[in-house]
Amino acid sequence: MNMNYTAGELAFRDEVRAFLEEKLPADIAAKVNGFRRLSKEDHLRWQKILCKQGWYATHWPEEYGGVKWTPVQKHIWDEESCRYGAPRSIPFGVNMVAPVIIRFGNEEQKQKYLPRILSGEDWWCQGYSEPGAGSDLASLKTRAVREGDHYIVNGQKTWTTLGQYANMIFCLVRTNTEVKKQEGISFLLIDMNTPGITVRPIITLDGEHEVNEVFFQDVKVPVENLVGEEDKGWTYAKFLLTYERTGLAGIGMSKAALSHLKQLASRRMKNGKPLIEDPSFSQRIARVEIDLTAAAISNLRIIASVEGGGVPGAESSMLKVKGTEIRQSINDLARRAIGPYALPFLEEEMELDYDGEFLSDKDAAPLAAHYFNNRKLSIFGGSNEIQKNIVSKTILGL
Amino acid sequence: MDFRLNEEQQMLQDTVARLVRGEYSFEKRLAFSETDLGFSADFWKQLSELGLTAVPFSEELGGFGGGGVEVQSLMAELGRGLCLEPYLQSIVFGGGLIRQAGNDSQQQNWLAGIASGELKAAVGLQEPQSFYDLNNVETRAEKNGEGYVLNGRKAVVIGGHCADVIVVSARTSGDTRDADGISLFALSPDTAGIERRTYPTIDGAKGCDITLNDVQVDADALLGAEGEAADVIEYQAGRAIAALCAEAVGVMEMANELTLEYLKQRKQFGVPIGKFQVLQHRMVDMMSELEQARSMAILAASVADSEQGDERSRVLAGAKNVIGRAGQFISESGIQMHGGIGMTWEYNFAHYAKRLIAINHQLGDDDFHLERYASLLQAS
Repeated sequence: MNMNYTAGELAFRDEVRAFLEEKLPADIAAKVNGFRRLSKEDHLRWQKILCKQGWYATHWPEEYGGVKWTPVQKHIWDEESCRYGAPRSIPFGVNMVAPVIIRFGNEEQKQKYLPRILSGEDWWCQGYSEPGAGSDLASLKTRAVREGDHYIVNGQKTWTTLGQYANMIFCLVRTNTEVKKQEGISFLLIDMNTPGITVRPIITLDGEHEVNEVFFQDVKVPVENLVGEEDKGWTYAKFLLTYERTGLAGIGMSKAALSHLKQLASRRMKNGKPLIEDPSFSQRIARVEIDLTAAAISNLRIIASVEGGGVPGAESSMLKVKGTEIRQSINDLARRAIGPYALPFLEEEMELDYDGEFLSDKDAAPLAAHYFNNRKLSIFGGSNEIQKNIVSKTILGL
Repeated sequence: MDFRLNEEQQMLQDTVARLVRGEYSFEKRLAFSETDLGFSADFWKQLSELGLTAVPFSEELGGFGGGGVEVQSLMAELGRGLCLEPYLQSIVFGGGLIRQAGNDSQQQNWLAGIASGELKAAVGLQEPQSFYDLNNVETRAEKNGEGYVLNGRKAVVIGGHCADVIVVSARTSGDTRDADGISLFALSPDTAGIERRTYPTIDGAKGCDITLNDVQVDADALLGAEGEAADVIEYQAGRAIAALCAEAVGVMEMANELTLEYLKQRKQFGVPIGKFQVLQHRMVDMMSELEQARSMAILAASVADSEQGDERSRVLAGAKNVIGRAGQFISESGIQMHGGIGMTWEYNFAHYAKRLIAINHQLGDDDFHLERYASLLQAS
């Protein structure tokens, strides 16, 4: 039993810290730490800095511009970058479609798409969910019919995160209706500028525009945009989902959010004392901190097993459930910490360049909205109910 | 033992229910919310014309002489419609404070107007540092030759943006957290030195923070005896809590109905998702929470207008605690079972979910009332 980092890992952590201290733009970190909106430009600016350092594509082989980090190194990066308030990379290009293209795509696709992901030239979004296909993803209906050198695509995708910024979308489409539902799905890469594609915003309960509906009407997609084989898309989709699931526990983000909560509770007053000294509130914080400590160790146990050549399985599902519950609890406490000031909905104070007087605490404005927004954590990436089904099937054999 | 409404109470509830169903569609509510007023002047007028704004007031004021149960029946229906009108602030709380503390001429000045809906009252008792403790008052009122000069800040005054009279607490003596030394003042919002910062709230209503900067008022702005307002505030906050609990029950009823309907019609894996046991049990838990909340709202209504004492305080704290917990459970479970759809602005469920969380931030959350209850706990 050894829970310590090696000398090499500690040196890597120092290197990461030095890099973040020097290169992470202060305005971007301030937005992340204060739960404020990031613009497309913010993401791209940070991506450029990471690319220059060679640290953007941490899942890719070196020949395509990736960096060969061990699972522990990736973990260190995740922890430290969250601690410093670095934005999470938008995963759809670099961490989702790229691994699929590298594993299942042809050489031409690799040459064409991978450099454009690194450079930020292409912004990818994910075309998986449909109005009738959420938890039951394999029942998707968006149809692609082969006509000569093209597929003609018709249908609708939904919950497309940041689709308004994207110029490319990877889609699961139905190419065969005669077989079992999982066996008639293909994986298509589609240029969002193709005629027949319409993007419609979905405004969420916190007033944000983060997700979209994407409509396809007789969209012509060249056959060379098919990844792998026709009707084998479900295999690629599942491969991608394992990438999606790791990291969904959000341990690093929970740690950052907990530290933010403690600072907030030190500033807010209750009965003439800082809230963090209030017996019941401090116990609520203590409880979530203890749960987070346990989940962080569970996370390290998975990482250590992957480092030793193991494959993460249903453990990731359990950790996704716990991790999202913990993060939601922290968001709940932050909202409670500001008491009556959870009610004012001050969009102007959510902008970083707001230079007026703050109604209450400088960090208060986004907290209630953030709490509501993060209800998504237990829904997306496979709802927590679906994760539990996976655990009961694969681990418990029920 | 009979928990049914009597004929008059049932008629009252049916009247409000009909009005809400007819006038307060989800689409209309979104539009009302986006106006400067933040609610429907027309709907307010209809409440007034039907005599509903006068329900808790005495017959001399054109009222109904209604008590906790009448207010409860009405508030539950306003909750079902997610109505944005300041009924709680103006009729129940503001009107209640003036009725209990005001002298004859103050009552004459304000109450008939409030009861008829012509005047709107708001209540400014919270402050930036007070959290939910209404005895935590830093705002000062200094006596001078002409009356009083007020200085301080009042936090999150729902409906304060459009009120004709704002009842605020201010300290005429004592330290920040003393119960003694708190006084109530009825302020006209256009008095010099009053500044309002108006904002929308997360649940679609409107409120403001109020800065009082050397606000000179006449001596007759003082409501009740100087320095002795704490008991009045506690009593009327209790009535407001009972009304808010009733509203919450209406909101929860709708949230549960919408969720149940969704479980029946949404299909995944070839069946309605309501066929999955894990969702069935969660839906059952939502129903049980609603029943707990309903029982406590009934109990709260039954003591709302009874004599003040520890027993009344315990019931009201207990009710608000249950409402807070049940509301959050129903809000979060409902969103979870709706999936992404439950998080969209365009679908009504999310607005019910937001209102339930917002209610927990009004007049004290479940933690605050748990502590309050614990402080009143009987040894045996």
